[in-house]
Amino acid sequence: MDINDLRSIVTVVGLLCFLGIVGWAYGKGSKKGFEEAANLPFAEHDDQGVTSKPSHPR
Amino acid sequence: MSGTKTTYNDKVVRQFAVMTVIWGIVGMLVGVIIAAQLVWPELNIGFLHFGRLRPLHTNAVIFAFGGCALFATSYWCVQRTGHTRLWGGPLIPFTFWGWQLVILLAAITLPLGITQGKEYAELEWPIDILITLVWVSYAIVFFGTIGKRTVSHIYVANWFFGAMIIAVALLHLGNSAALPVSFLKSYSAYSGVQDAMIQWWYGHNAVGFFLTAGFLGMMYYFVPKQAGRPVYSYRLSVVHFWALIFTYMWAGPHHLHYTALPDWTQSVGMVFSLILLAPSWGGMINGIMTLSGAWHKLRDDPVLKFLITSLSFYGMSTFEGPMMSIKTVNALSHYTDWTVGHVHSGALGWVAMVSIGSMYYLLPKLFGKTEMYSTKLMTTHFWIATIGTVLYIASTWISGVMQGLMWRAVNADGTLAYSFVESVKGSYPFWAIRWLGGVLFLSGMLIMAYNMFKTMAGGNTKDTPVIVPVGHHA
Repeated sequence: MDINDLRSIVTVVGLLCFLGIVGWAYGKGSKKGFEEAANLPFAEHDDQGVTSKPSHPR
Repeated sequence: MSGTKTTYNDKVVRQFAVMTVIWGIVGMLVGVIIAAQLVWPELNIGFLHFGRLRPLHTNAVIFAFGGCALFATSYWCVQRTGHTRLWGGPLIPFTFWGWQLVILLAAITLPLGITQGKEYAELEWPIDILITLVWVSYAIVFFGTIGKRTVSHIYVANWFFGAMIIAVALLHLGNSAALPVSFLKSYSAYSGVQDAMIQWWYGHNAVGFFLTAGFLGMMYYFVPKQAGRPVYSYRLSVVHFWALIFTYMWAGPHHLHYTALPDWTQSVGMVFSLILLAPSWGGMINGIMTLSGAWHKLRDDPVLKFLITSLSFYGMSTFEGPMMSIKTVNALSHYTDWTVGHVHSGALGWVAMVSIGSMYYLLPKLFGKTEMYSTKLMTTHFWIATIGTVLYIASTWISGVMQGLMWRAVNADGTLAYSFVESVKGSYPFWAIRWLGGVLFLSGMLIMAYNMFKTMAGGNTKDTPVIVPVGHHA
Protein backbone atom coordinates (compact mmCIF):
# COMPACT_ATOMS: atom_id res chain seq x y z
CA MET A 1 0.00 0.00 0.00
CA ASP A 2 1.23 3.44 -0.96
CA ILE A 3 1.74 6.08 1.76
CA ASN A 4 -0.74 8.25 -0.17
CA ASP A 5 -3.48 5.63 0.33
CA LEU A 6 -2.91 5.98 4.06
CA ARG A 7 -3.14 9.78 3.77
CA SER A 8 -6.43 9.51 1.87
CA ILE A 9 -7.81 7.09 4.44
CA VAL A 10 -6.89 9.42 7.31
CA THR A 11 -8.63 12.32 5.55
CA VAL A 12 -11.80 10.32 4.94
CA VAL A 13 -11.81 8.94 8.50
CA GLY A 14 -11.36 12.50 9.77
CA LEU A 15 -14.41 13.66 7.81
CA LEU A 16 -16.53 10.72 8.99
CA CYS A 17 -15.42 11.38 12.55
CA PHE A 18 -16.52 15.01 12.25
CA LEU A 19 -19.88 14.04 10.73
CA GLY A 20 -20.30 11.61 13.63
CA ILE A 21 -19.72 14.45 16.08
CA VAL A 22 -22.32 16.60 14.29
CA GLY A 23 -24.82 13.74 14.41
CA TRP A 24 -24.14 13.19 18.10
CA ALA A 25 -24.37 16.90 18.97
CA TYR A 26 -27.70 17.33 17.23
CA GLY A 27 -29.07 13.99 18.38
CA LYS A 28 -31.75 13.76 21.08
CA GLY A 29 -29.54 11.94 23.58
CA SER A 30 -27.13 14.79 24.19
CA LYS A 31 -29.75 17.47 24.93
CA LYS A 32 -30.02 17.04 28.68
CA GLY A 33 -26.28 16.86 29.24
CA PHE A 34 -25.71 19.98 27.14
CA GLU A 35 -28.32 21.87 29.14
CA GLU A 36 -26.58 20.95 32.39
CA ALA A 37 -23.20 21.88 30.98
CA ALA A 38 -24.47 25.21 29.62
CA ASN A 39 -25.58 26.17 33.14
CA LEU A 40 -22.26 25.34 34.78
CA PRO A 41 -20.98 28.94 34.92
CA PHE A 42 -24.08 29.94 36.89
CA ALA A 43 -23.76 27.83 40.01
CA GLU A 44 -21.67 30.47 41.77
CA HIS A 45 -21.83 32.84 44.72
CA ASP A 46 -23.05 35.75 42.67
CA ASP A 47 -25.88 33.74 41.11
CA GLN A 48 -27.33 32.13 44.22
CA GLY A 49 -31.05 31.70 43.84
CA VAL A 50 -30.85 31.55 40.06
CA THR A 51 -29.67 27.94 40.01
CA SER A 52 -31.17 26.55 36.81
CA LYS A 53 -31.89 28.89 33.94
CA PRO A 54 -33.91 27.83 30.95
CA SER A 55 -31.49 27.26 28.11
CA HIS A 56 -32.41 28.26 24.60
CA PRO A 57 -34.27 25.35 23.00
CA ARG A 58 -31.89 24.96 20.09
CA MET B 1 -18.70 19.36 50.25
CA SER B 2 -18.36 17.42 53.53
CA GLY B 3 -17.92 20.47 55.75
CA THR B 4 -14.38 21.42 54.71
CA LYS B 5 -13.99 24.82 53.15
CA THR B 6 -11.87 24.67 50.04
CA THR B 7 -11.14 28.01 48.44
CA TYR B 8 -10.42 28.98 44.85
CA ASN B 9 -6.83 29.91 44.02
CA ASP B 10 -7.36 33.50 42.90
CA LYS B 11 -3.84 34.69 43.70
CA VAL B 12 -2.39 33.47 40.41
CA VAL B 13 -5.40 34.84 38.52
CA ARG B 14 -4.86 38.21 40.21
CA GLN B 15 -1.17 38.22 39.25
CA PHE B 16 -1.84 37.37 35.62
CA ALA B 17 -4.76 39.82 35.37
CA VAL B 18 -2.70 42.78 36.60
CA MET B 19 0.20 41.84 34.33
CA THR B 20 -2.19 41.62 31.38
CA VAL B 21 -2.83 45.35 31.71
CA ILE B 22 0.84 46.20 32.33
CA TRP B 23 2.15 44.14 29.37
CA GLY B 24 -0.68 45.46 27.23
CA ILE B 25 0.61 48.98 27.79
CA VAL B 26 4.25 47.97 27.16
CA GLY B 27 3.49 46.01 23.99
CA MET B 28 1.17 48.63 22.54
CA LEU B 29 3.65 51.41 23.41
CA VAL B 30 6.30 49.61 21.34
CA GLY B 31 3.68 49.29 18.58
CA VAL B 32 3.05 53.04 18.68
CA ILE B 33 6.82 53.68 18.57
CA ILE B 34 7.38 51.53 15.49
CA ALA B 35 4.32 53.06 13.78
CA ALA B 36 5.90 56.47 14.44
CA GLN B 37 9.22 55.21 13.04
CA LEU B 38 7.50 54.52 9.72
CA VAL B 39 6.11 58.06 9.56
CA TRP B 40 9.21 59.80 10.95
CA PRO B 41 12.22 57.65 9.89
CA GLU B 42 14.62 59.79 11.97
CA LEU B 43 13.14 58.06 15.04
CA ASN B 44 15.09 54.91 14.09
CA ILE B 45 17.87 55.54 16.58
CA GLY B 46 20.89 53.23 16.63
CA PHE B 47 19.98 49.58 17.06
CA LEU B 48 16.50 50.48 18.31
CA HIS B 49 15.19 50.60 14.75
CA PHE B 50 11.99 49.20 13.26
CA GLY B 51 13.57 45.85 12.42
CA ARG B 52 14.65 45.18 16.01
CA LEU B 53 11.56 46.61 17.72
CA ARG B 54 8.88 45.04 15.54
CA PRO B 55 9.40 41.49 16.89
CA LEU B 56 9.47 42.98 20.39
CA HIS B 57 6.04 44.52 19.71
CA THR B 58 4.54 41.30 18.31
CA ASN B 59 5.97 39.13 21.09
CA ALA B 60 4.86 41.57 23.79
CA VAL B 61 1.28 41.95 22.61
CA ILE B 62 0.72 38.30 21.64
CA PHE B 63 2.60 36.39 24.32
CA ALA B 64 2.90 38.90 27.17
CA PHE B 65 -0.46 40.70 26.96
CA GLY B 66 -2.47 37.93 25.26
CA GLY B 67 -0.64 35.17 27.14
CA CYS B 68 -1.25 36.68 30.58
CA ALA B 69 -4.91 37.22 29.67
CA LEU B 70 -5.21 33.55 28.67
CA PHE B 71 -3.54 32.30 31.84
CA ALA B 72 -5.73 34.52 34.04
CA THR B 73 -9.03 33.66 32.37
CA SER B 74 -8.35 29.94 31.90
CA TYR B 75 -7.30 29.55 35.56
CA TRP B 76 -10.43 31.44 36.66
CA CYS B 77 -12.77 29.58 34.32
CA VAL B 78 -11.46 26.07 34.96
CA GLN B 79 -11.93 26.56 38.73
CA ARG B 80 -15.34 28.25 38.49
CA THR B 81 -16.87 25.78 36.02
CA GLY B 82 -15.14 22.72 37.51
CA HIS B 83 -16.12 23.85 41.02
CA THR B 84 -12.75 22.94 42.42
CA ARG B 85 -9.49 24.57 43.48
CA LEU B 86 -6.63 24.84 41.00
CA TRP B 87 -4.41 21.75 41.17
CA GLY B 88 -0.63 21.62 40.79
CA GLY B 89 1.06 23.01 43.91
CA PRO B 90 4.36 24.76 43.09
CA LEU B 91 3.74 24.41 39.36
CA ILE B 92 1.07 27.12 39.62
CA PRO B 93 3.38 29.97 40.75
CA PHE B 94 6.02 28.57 38.37
CA THR B 95 3.73 29.22 35.40
CA PHE B 96 3.42 32.85 36.50
CA TRP B 97 7.06 33.60 37.30
CA GLY B 98 8.36 31.44 34.46
CA TRP B 99 6.17 33.24 31.94
CA GLN B 100 7.25 36.64 33.26
CA LEU B 101 10.89 35.54 32.90
CA VAL B 102 10.27 34.50 29.28
CA ILE B 103 8.83 37.95 28.60
CA LEU B 104 11.75 39.68 30.29
CA LEU B 105 14.26 37.61 28.30
CA ALA B 106 12.40 38.46 25.08
CA ALA B 107 12.57 42.14 25.94
CA ILE B 108 16.35 41.86 26.40
CA THR B 109 17.32 39.56 23.51
CA LEU B 110 15.12 40.86 20.68
CA PRO B 111 16.40 44.48 20.66
CA LEU B 112 19.94 43.05 20.75
CA GLY B 113 19.19 41.14 17.56
CA ILE B 114 19.38 37.70 19.18
CA THR B 115 16.76 35.90 17.12
CA GLN B 116 15.91 32.71 15.22
CA GLY B 117 14.37 34.89 12.54
CA LYS B 118 11.06 33.03 12.49
CA GLU B 119 8.04 35.30 12.70
CA TYR B 120 6.26 35.02 16.09
CA ALA B 121 8.87 32.37 17.06
CA GLU B 122 11.94 34.59 17.21
CA LEU B 123 13.20 33.64 20.66
CA GLU B 124 16.47 31.69 20.76
CA TRP B 125 16.74 28.08 21.88
CA PRO B 126 17.46 28.53 25.63
CA ILE B 127 14.31 30.67 25.94
CA ASP B 128 12.41 28.11 23.83
CA ILE B 129 13.30 25.46 26.41
CA LEU B 130 12.05 27.68 29.23
CA ILE B 131 8.80 28.27 27.30
CA THR B 132 8.41 24.49 26.95
CA LEU B 133 8.86 23.97 30.71
CA VAL B 134 6.31 26.68 31.56
CA TRP B 135 3.85 25.46 28.98
CA VAL B 136 4.04 21.82 30.09
CA SER B 137 3.49 22.99 33.69
CA TYR B 138 0.48 25.00 32.47
CA ALA B 139 -0.91 21.85 30.80
CA ILE B 140 -0.38 19.80 33.98
CA VAL B 141 -2.10 22.44 36.14
CA PHE B 142 -5.01 22.94 33.74
CA PHE B 143 -5.74 19.29 32.95
CA GLY B 144 -5.00 18.28 36.54
CA THR B 145 -7.68 20.72 37.67
CA ILE B 146 -10.10 19.36 35.06
CA GLY B 147 -9.33 15.89 36.38
CA LYS B 148 -10.36 16.78 39.94
CA ARG B 149 -13.50 18.75 39.03
CA THR B 150 -16.55 18.06 41.20
CA VAL B 151 -19.08 18.20 38.37
CA SER B 152 -19.51 15.65 35.60
CA HIS B 153 -19.38 17.93 32.55
CA ILE B 154 -16.39 19.83 31.21
CA TYR B 155 -17.74 23.25 30.26
CA VAL B 156 -17.18 24.17 26.60
CA ALA B 157 -14.86 27.10 27.45
CA ASN B 158 -12.45 24.58 28.98
CA TRP B 159 -12.47 22.57 25.75
CA PHE B 160 -11.27 25.67 23.92
CA PHE B 161 -8.61 26.49 26.55
CA GLY B 162 -7.49 22.85 26.57
CA ALA B 163 -7.22 22.70 22.77
CA MET B 164 -5.20 25.90 22.85
CA ILE B 165 -2.77 24.44 25.39
CA ILE B 166 -2.26 21.18 23.49
CA ALA B 167 -1.97 22.77 20.04
CA VAL B 168 0.44 25.48 21.17
CA ALA B 169 2.68 22.83 22.77
CA LEU B 170 2.69 20.88 19.50
CA LEU B 171 3.36 23.97 17.38
CA HIS B 172 6.11 25.31 19.60
CA LEU B 173 7.96 21.99 19.71
CA GLY B 174 7.57 21.43 15.96
CA ASN B 175 8.59 24.83 14.70
CA SER B 176 11.30 25.61 17.23
CA ALA B 177 13.31 22.46 16.51
CA ALA B 178 16.81 23.79 15.90
CA LEU B 179 20.50 22.96 16.06
CA PRO B 180 22.30 25.20 18.55
CA VAL B 181 25.77 26.32 17.48
CA SER B 182 26.36 28.46 20.56
CA PHE B 183 24.45 29.61 23.62
CA LEU B 184 22.75 32.40 21.68
CA LYS B 185 22.66 31.07 18.12
CA SER B 186 20.87 28.16 16.49
CA TYR B 187 19.75 27.11 13.05
CA SER B 188 16.37 25.65 12.12
CA ALA B 189 16.19 21.88 11.84
CA TYR B 190 14.42 22.33 8.50
CA SER B 191 15.58 23.92 5.28
CA GLY B 192 14.20 25.53 2.17
CA VAL B 193 10.49 25.35 1.43
CA GLN B 194 9.92 22.76 4.18
CA ASP B 195 11.17 25.31 6.68
CA ALA B 196 8.81 27.93 5.25
CA MET B 197 5.88 25.50 5.36
CA ILE B 198 6.57 24.46 8.96
CA GLN B 199 6.98 28.12 9.93
CA TRP B 200 3.52 28.97 8.53
CA TRP B 201 1.96 25.79 9.84
CA TYR B 202 3.14 27.22 13.16
CA GLY B 203 2.32 30.84 12.31
CA HIS B 204 -1.24 30.33 11.19
CA ASN B 205 -2.06 27.91 13.97
CA ALA B 206 -0.64 30.37 16.48
CA VAL B 207 -3.44 32.57 15.14
CA GLY B 208 -5.90 29.68 15.10
CA PHE B 209 -5.21 28.26 18.53
CA PHE B 210 -3.41 30.86 20.64
CA LEU B 211 -5.33 33.88 19.32
CA THR B 212 -8.62 32.19 18.42
CA ALA B 213 -9.36 29.01 20.40
CA GLY B 214 -8.01 30.48 23.65
CA PHE B 215 -9.95 33.72 23.31
CA LEU B 216 -13.09 31.84 22.26
CA GLY B 217 -12.74 30.02 25.58
CA MET B 218 -12.75 33.43 27.22
CA MET B 219 -15.81 34.41 25.21
CA TYR B 220 -17.72 31.23 26.15
CA TYR B 221 -17.31 31.97 29.85
CA PHE B 222 -17.50 35.75 30.14
CA VAL B 223 -20.25 36.52 27.60
CA PRO B 224 -22.81 34.19 29.24
CA LYS B 225 -21.71 35.35 32.72
CA GLN B 226 -22.01 39.02 31.95
CA ALA B 227 -25.23 38.58 29.95
CA GLY B 228 -26.64 36.47 32.80
CA ARG B 229 -27.89 33.72 30.49
CA PRO B 230 -26.48 30.46 29.11
CA VAL B 231 -24.80 30.35 25.73
CA TYR B 232 -27.22 30.61 22.78
CA SER B 233 -26.61 27.08 21.52
CA TYR B 234 -24.43 24.59 23.31
CA ARG B 235 -24.74 22.20 20.36
CA LEU B 236 -23.37 24.83 18.01
CA SER B 237 -20.45 25.42 20.39
CA VAL B 238 -19.57 21.71 20.27
CA VAL B 239 -19.85 21.48 16.49
CA HIS B 240 -17.92 24.66 15.72
CA PHE B 241 -15.23 23.64 18.23
CA TRP B 242 -14.56 20.41 16.38
CA ALA B 243 -14.87 22.09 12.99
CA LEU B 244 -12.17 24.58 14.01
CA ILE B 245 -9.95 21.78 15.30
CA PHE B 246 -10.29 19.72 12.12
CA THR B 247 -9.80 22.68 9.78
CA TYR B 248 -7.29 25.16 11.19
CA MET B 249 -4.24 22.88 10.89
CA TRP B 250 -4.50 22.95 7.07
CA ALA B 251 -4.75 26.69 6.47
CA GLY B 252 -1.06 27.65 6.85
CA PRO B 253 -0.09 27.47 3.14
CA HIS B 254 -2.13 30.59 2.37
CA HIS B 255 0.82 32.53 3.81
CA LEU B 256 2.96 31.14 0.98
CA HIS B 257 0.88 31.80 -2.15
CA TYR B 258 2.96 32.22 -5.32
CA THR B 259 6.15 30.99 -3.63
CA ALA B 260 8.27 27.84 -4.15
CA LEU B 261 5.62 25.88 -2.21
CA PRO B 262 3.96 23.32 -4.56
CA ASP B 263 0.89 24.79 -6.21
CA TRP B 264 -1.43 22.03 -4.97
CA THR B 265 -0.39 22.75 -1.38
CA GLN B 266 -1.27 26.40 -1.86
CA SER B 267 -4.68 25.38 -3.21
CA VAL B 268 -5.31 23.05 -0.26
CA GLY B 269 -4.45 25.92 2.09
CA MET B 270 -6.81 28.23 0.25
CA VAL B 271 -9.73 25.77 0.28
CA PHE B 272 -9.38 25.04 3.99
CA SER B 273 -9.11 28.74 4.73
CA LEU B 274 -12.40 29.28 2.90
CA ILE B 275 -14.04 26.45 4.87
CA LEU B 276 -12.89 28.16 8.08
CA LEU B 277 -15.46 30.89 7.54
CA ALA B 278 -18.23 28.53 8.69
CA PRO B 279 -16.90 27.49 12.13
CA SER B 280 -15.59 31.01 12.77
CA TRP B 281 -18.98 32.55 12.15
CA GLY B 282 -20.58 29.75 14.17
CA GLY B 283 -18.64 31.02 17.16
CA MET B 284 -19.41 34.66 16.46
CA ILE B 285 -23.14 34.05 16.02
CA ASN B 286 -23.25 31.88 19.13
CA GLY B 287 -21.61 34.61 21.19
CA ILE B 288 -23.66 37.52 19.89
CA MET B 289 -26.97 35.63 19.99
CA THR B 290 -26.36 34.80 23.65
CA LEU B 291 -27.45 38.38 24.20
CA SER B 292 -30.71 37.93 22.26
CA GLY B 293 -33.59 39.13 24.37
CA ALA B 294 -31.23 41.14 26.55
CA TRP B 295 -29.91 43.66 24.04
CA HIS B 296 -30.80 46.52 26.38
CA LYS B 297 -27.91 45.42 28.61
CA LEU B 298 -25.53 46.71 25.93
CA ARG B 299 -26.72 50.25 26.55
CA ASP B 300 -25.08 50.79 29.91
CA ASP B 301 -22.76 47.83 30.47
CA PRO B 302 -19.25 48.60 29.14
CA VAL B 303 -18.09 45.01 29.79
CA LEU B 304 -20.74 43.71 27.38
CA LYS B 305 -19.91 46.52 24.96
CA PHE B 306 -16.31 45.29 24.84
CA LEU B 307 -17.30 41.62 24.56
CA ILE B 308 -19.94 42.04 21.86
CA THR B 309 -17.84 44.49 19.84
CA SER B 310 -14.96 42.02 20.01
CA LEU B 311 -17.23 39.38 18.48
CA SER B 312 -18.21 41.77 15.69
CA PHE B 313 -14.55 42.33 14.87
CA TYR B 314 -13.98 38.57 15.10
CA GLY B 315 -16.74 38.10 12.51
CA MET B 316 -15.27 40.80 10.29
CA SER B 317 -11.72 39.52 10.36
CA THR B 318 -12.76 35.89 9.89
CA PHE B 319 -14.67 36.95 6.79
CA GLU B 320 -11.74 39.00 5.53
CA GLY B 321 -9.21 36.21 6.21
CA PRO B 322 -10.79 33.56 3.97
CA MET B 323 -11.32 36.20 1.29
CA MET B 324 -7.65 37.20 1.40
CA SER B 325 -6.59 33.56 1.20
CA ILE B 326 -8.13 33.29 -2.30
CA LYS B 327 -5.09 33.28 -4.57
CA THR B 328 -6.26 36.04 -6.89
CA VAL B 329 -7.14 38.34 -3.98
CA ASN B 330 -3.87 37.42 -2.29
CA ALA B 331 -1.99 38.47 -5.43
CA LEU B 332 -3.15 42.00 -4.64
CA SER B 333 -3.09 41.95 -0.83
CA HIS B 334 0.07 39.99 0.02
CA TYR B 335 3.10 41.93 1.32
CA THR B 336 0.98 45.11 1.59
CA ASP B 337 -0.46 46.98 4.56
CA TRP B 338 -3.77 45.22 3.92
CA THR B 339 -2.32 42.18 5.72
CA VAL B 340 -1.27 44.40 8.61
CA GLY B 341 -4.77 45.91 8.74
CA HIS B 342 -6.34 42.44 8.70
CA VAL B 343 -4.12 41.27 11.55
CA HIS B 344 -4.96 44.31 13.66
CA SER B 345 -8.67 43.99 13.00
CA GLY B 346 -8.26 40.64 14.73
CA ALA B 347 -5.64 41.72 17.27
CA LEU B 348 -7.12 45.02 18.44
CA GLY B 349 -10.77 44.42 17.60
CA TRP B 350 -11.07 40.81 18.70
CA VAL B 351 -8.21 39.62 20.93
CA ALA B 352 -7.56 42.85 22.83
CA MET B 353 -11.22 43.82 23.24
CA VAL B 354 -12.37 40.42 24.48
CA SER B 355 -9.40 40.42 26.91
CA ILE B 356 -10.14 43.93 28.12
CA GLY B 357 -13.82 43.08 28.65
CA SER B 358 -12.87 39.93 30.56
CA MET B 359 -10.35 41.83 32.72
CA TYR B 360 -12.97 44.46 33.57
CA TYR B 361 -15.19 41.57 34.68
CA LEU B 362 -12.42 39.92 36.71
CA LEU B 363 -10.58 42.83 38.34
CA PRO B 364 -13.26 43.95 40.82
CA LYS B 365 -13.98 40.34 41.82
CA LEU B 366 -10.28 39.64 42.32
CA PHE B 367 -9.96 42.58 44.71
CA GLY B 368 -13.17 42.05 46.65
CA LYS B 369 -15.10 44.91 45.03
CA THR B 370 -18.52 44.81 43.45
CA GLU B 371 -17.52 46.90 40.44
CA MET B 372 -14.63 48.81 38.88
CA TYR B 373 -13.65 52.16 40.42
CA SER B 374 -15.23 54.05 37.51
CA THR B 375 -17.80 52.68 35.06
CA LYS B 376 -17.63 55.97 33.18
CA LEU B 377 -13.92 55.52 32.48
CA MET B 378 -14.65 52.00 31.20
CA THR B 379 -17.13 53.45 28.71
CA THR B 380 -14.59 56.12 27.73
CA HIS B 381 -12.02 53.38 27.23
CA PHE B 382 -14.46 51.46 25.05
CA TRP B 383 -15.10 54.36 22.68
CA ILE B 384 -11.44 55.40 22.46
CA ALA B 385 -10.44 51.81 21.73
CA THR B 386 -13.15 51.38 19.09
CA ILE B 387 -12.29 54.62 17.29
CA GLY B 388 -8.58 53.72 17.48
CA THR B 389 -9.22 50.29 15.96
CA VAL B 390 -11.36 51.68 13.14
CA LEU B 391 -8.77 54.35 12.29
CA TYR B 392 -6.04 51.72 12.31
CA ILE B 393 -7.73 49.17 10.08
CA ALA B 394 -9.32 51.67 7.66
CA SER B 395 -6.01 53.46 7.02
CA THR B 396 -4.05 50.25 6.49
CA TRP B 397 -6.75 48.87 4.18
CA ILE B 398 -6.49 51.95 1.99
CA SER B 399 -2.69 52.07 1.97
CA GLY B 400 -2.57 48.31 1.40
CA VAL B 401 -4.85 48.31 -1.63
CA MET B 402 -3.03 51.37 -2.97
CA GLN B 403 0.35 49.64 -2.59
CA GLY B 404 -0.93 46.47 -4.25
CA LEU B 405 -2.33 48.41 -7.20
CA MET B 406 0.82 50.51 -7.62
CA TRP B 407 3.15 47.48 -7.50
CA ARG B 408 1.23 45.60 -10.19
CA ALA B 409 0.62 48.57 -12.52
CA VAL B 410 2.52 48.29 -15.81
CA ASN B 411 2.98 50.63 -18.75
CA ALA B 412 2.03 49.69 -22.31
CA ASP B 413 5.60 48.52 -22.94
CA GLY B 414 5.51 46.19 -19.91
CA THR B 415 7.72 48.25 -17.60
CA LEU B 416 6.56 48.99 -14.05
CA ALA B 417 4.48 52.16 -13.80
CA TYR B 418 5.77 53.04 -10.32
CA SER B 419 9.02 52.61 -8.47
CA PHE B 420 8.77 51.07 -5.00
CA VAL B 421 9.65 54.31 -3.27
CA GLU B 422 6.67 56.02 -4.90
CA SER B 423 4.37 53.60 -3.09
CA VAL B 424 6.21 54.41 0.15
CA LYS B 425 5.67 58.11 -0.46
CA GLY B 426 1.97 57.56 -1.12
CA SER B 427 1.62 55.59 2.12
CA TYR B 428 2.79 58.34 4.48
CA PRO B 429 -0.59 59.98 5.22
CA PHE B 430 -2.14 56.58 5.98
CA TRP B 431 0.75 55.59 8.21
CA ALA B 432 0.18 58.79 10.16
CA ILE B 433 -3.52 57.90 10.62
CA ARG B 434 -2.53 54.37 11.63
CA TRP B 435 -0.14 55.81 14.22
CA LEU B 436 -2.98 57.98 15.57
CA GLY B 437 -5.22 54.90 15.81
CA GLY B 438 -2.51 53.16 17.82
CA VAL B 439 -2.08 56.18 20.09
CA LEU B 440 -5.82 56.14 20.82
CA PHE B 441 -5.81 52.42 21.59
CA LEU B 442 -2.81 52.86 23.91
CA SER B 443 -4.49 55.81 25.66
CA GLY B 444 -7.44 53.55 26.39
CA MET B 445 -5.10 51.08 28.06
CA LEU B 446 -3.62 53.86 30.21
CA ILE B 447 -7.13 54.80 31.35
CA MET B 448 -7.69 51.12 32.14
CA ALA B 449 -4.49 51.00 34.23
CA TYR B 450 -5.60 54.06 36.24
CA ASN B 451 -9.02 52.49 36.77
CA MET B 452 -7.38 49.21 37.76
CA PHE B 453 -5.06 50.72 40.38
CA LYS B 454 -7.95 52.73 41.83
CA THR B 455 -9.98 49.51 42.03
CA MET B 456 -7.09 47.65 43.65
CA ALA B 457 -6.57 50.31 46.33
CA GLY B 458 -7.82 49.03 49.68
CA GLY B 459 -9.02 45.83 48.02
CA ASN B 460 -9.73 42.62 49.81
CA THR B 461 -7.77 39.67 48.42
CA LYS B 462 -9.27 36.91 50.56
CA ASP B 463 -9.92 33.70 48.62
CA THR B 464 -13.55 32.72 48.11
CA PRO B 465 -14.81 29.25 49.04
CA VAL B 466 -15.63 26.67 46.38
CA ILE B 467 -19.32 25.96 45.94
CA VAL B 468 -20.32 22.54 44.70
CA PRO B 469 -23.64 22.81 42.92
CA VAL B 470 -26.42 20.51 44.13
CA GLY B 471 -27.13 17.55 41.88
CA HIS B 472 -23.93 18.10 39.93
CA HIS B 473 -21.67 15.64 41.73
CA ALA B 474 -19.55 13.58 39.38
